[in-house]
Amino acid sequence: MKGIPEMYKKAEEIFFRILMIISTVSIAAVLLMIIFSILYNGLPSLSWEMISQTPKGGFYFGKEGGILNAIIGSVYLSVCSTILALLIGLPVAMYMNVFMIRHKKSLNSIRFFLDILWGIPSIVYGAFGFVIMIYFGLKTSLLAGIITVTLFIIPIMVRSMDEVLKTVPSGLLESALSLGSTKTEISFKVFLRQCIPGIVTAILLSFGRAIGDAASVLFTTGYTDSIPESLSDPAATLPLAIFFQLGSPVEEVRQRAFASAAVLTFIILLISISARLLSSKFNRNKIKF
Amino acid sequence: MSGNTKILISDLYLSIGKHEILKNINVEIPENKITVLLGPSGCGKTTLLKTLNRLTDLYDDVKINGSIILDKDDILHTKSDITWIRQKMGLLSQRPYPLPMSIYGNVSYGLKIKGIKKKKILDEKVEHYLKEVNLWEEVRERLHHPASDLSIGQQQRLCLARGLAVDPEIILADEPTSALDPLSSQSIEEMFMILKKDYTLVVVTHILRQAKRIADHVVFMYLGEVVEQGPADEFFTSPKMERTKAYLKGAFN
Ligand SMILES: Nc1ncnc2c1ncn2[C@@H]1O[C@H](COP(=O)(O)OP(=O)(O)OP(=O)(O)O)[C@@H](O)[C@H]1O
Ligand SMILES: [Mg+2]
Repeated sequence: MKGIPEMYKKAEEIFFRILMIISTVSIAAVLLMIIFSILYNGLPSLSWEMISQTPKGGFYFGKEGGILNAIIGSVYLSVCSTILALLIGLPVAMYMNVFMIRHKKSLNSIRFFLDILWGIPSIVYGAFGFVIMIYFGLKTSLLAGIITVTLFIIPIMVRSMDEVLKTVPSGLLESALSLGSTKTEISFKVFLRQCIPGIVTAILLSFGRAIGDAASVLFTTGYTDSIPESLSDPAATLPLAIFFQLGSPVEEVRQRAFASAAVLTFIILLISISARLLSSKFNRNKIKF
Repeated sequence: MSGNTKILISDLYLSIGKHEILKNINVEIPENKITVLLGPSGCGKTTLLKTLNRLTDLYDDVKINGSIILDKDDILHTKSDITWIRQKMGLLSQRPYPLPMSIYGNVSYGLKIKGIKKKKILDEKVEHYLKEVNLWEEVRERLHHPASDLSIGQQQRLCLARGLAVDPEIILADEPTSALDPLSSQSIEEMFMILKKDYTLVVVTHILRQAKRIADHVVFMYLGEVVEQGPADEFFTSPKMERTKAYLKGAFN
């Protein structure tokens, strides 16, 4: 009598096991294929010249020189906007989870609103940034790009931190309150420590979006062959460099797009790994509930 | 009743949304005694305990009426800072919530936010309070290890030490032994018996035998109301209300 349900359970177990293995393997395979194709196409054109010089003969037709302008522009842009978004986003996420804890309804509306902002395509932020620029009489510049990208990644930053801070059990908040700490102390001495790994993930996610996005900087940051010297200079970015290079009629320039993509991937990899290493140092005090 | 009243709760009503959770609570909590809050699950013991140090502030849509007098000041309508009042009461919850820092960091946390910075004083106090909860010998070699390395029983003692370190007058404990093994539970109970010399304790429990072992004063609650209260020996030997008799016979469990 017992045999059939047991067989059924076993079959179910095997079925889902296989399903999970297939999905895991295919995701890994796609990822490896992307990296492989970038490296395969990019490595031949990747040279020291490529990452240490600015373009010669224009980004569209130039086979000489490099993409240092775009590397530096992208690093400036993404680092500055990630820092700005962190400075704004962390207090907001803390405020939501430590101070607003009793206002469940308002919290839900804020979350809903942020989720919508997260979902808006970056080209819309680009257009919005462009409108603001014109309104204030700014020209395409690093500053305009930083502002636009910051606006674009704040919802990502806040919501992903919020999701992590939400997991802190209310008992921990209550314990800390009954020790006589103020909510500000709790935010930075308890919640921050407990959530460091998740917060690092939120920062990385935002940074990845900031450095990888082309549409939001298309109208706002402009594009140039030179390295920006001030916030009011236009700046080149790697995603746009890839975009322009891919659109070039010259075969060698199109090859260089893959080299640019390899550089972009490498920067993201480098930042991710170092941030992970750093955060694991703080991870040891985390309480597992 | 001999001795002084430490906390006087009068006409306390509490509702969350439309749901009335505490009704007409009038309770005197005697100083330097263990007051046990007893009652079936869901009767409002935890809520009453949290009202005492205003953790109910964290609830959405909560309405509280009445007064809770501690040291001549009404906690519910006080003009003084609530964080300062909370420091007068240590909280021990159902399961331990150590702070995400080292063992040393946990005990010194409250001292540091009180403004004590000198390492020598901090060291002394940490040692003193860890000894007070019988944890010192177990952790003296690894004070700077994460608190999460400790067992649940050790964590609960750490939380007690951390609470004592801010020098409270009252200890609020919500089923403090429910997550612990019998031996750890016993050691917490024994500590309470010693602590009552210096502190006023309010302990929530649903274990009748534990209540009999530790209580000096009992408050029996049912469906958000206080049914009966009084000195422990009277309460357990000659309860007056039918409900209490039924509960003591185990009719609710
Ligand atoms: N945050 C809240 N929102 C709404 N209702 C709540 C909230 N907290 C508690 N309650 C309700 O208040 C009542 C009393 O809860 P409380 O936790 O105080 O009971 P308790 O006596 O501690 O029970 P137990 O012995 O199971 O811990 C319950 O009916 C519960 O559903
Ligand atoms: Mg309870």
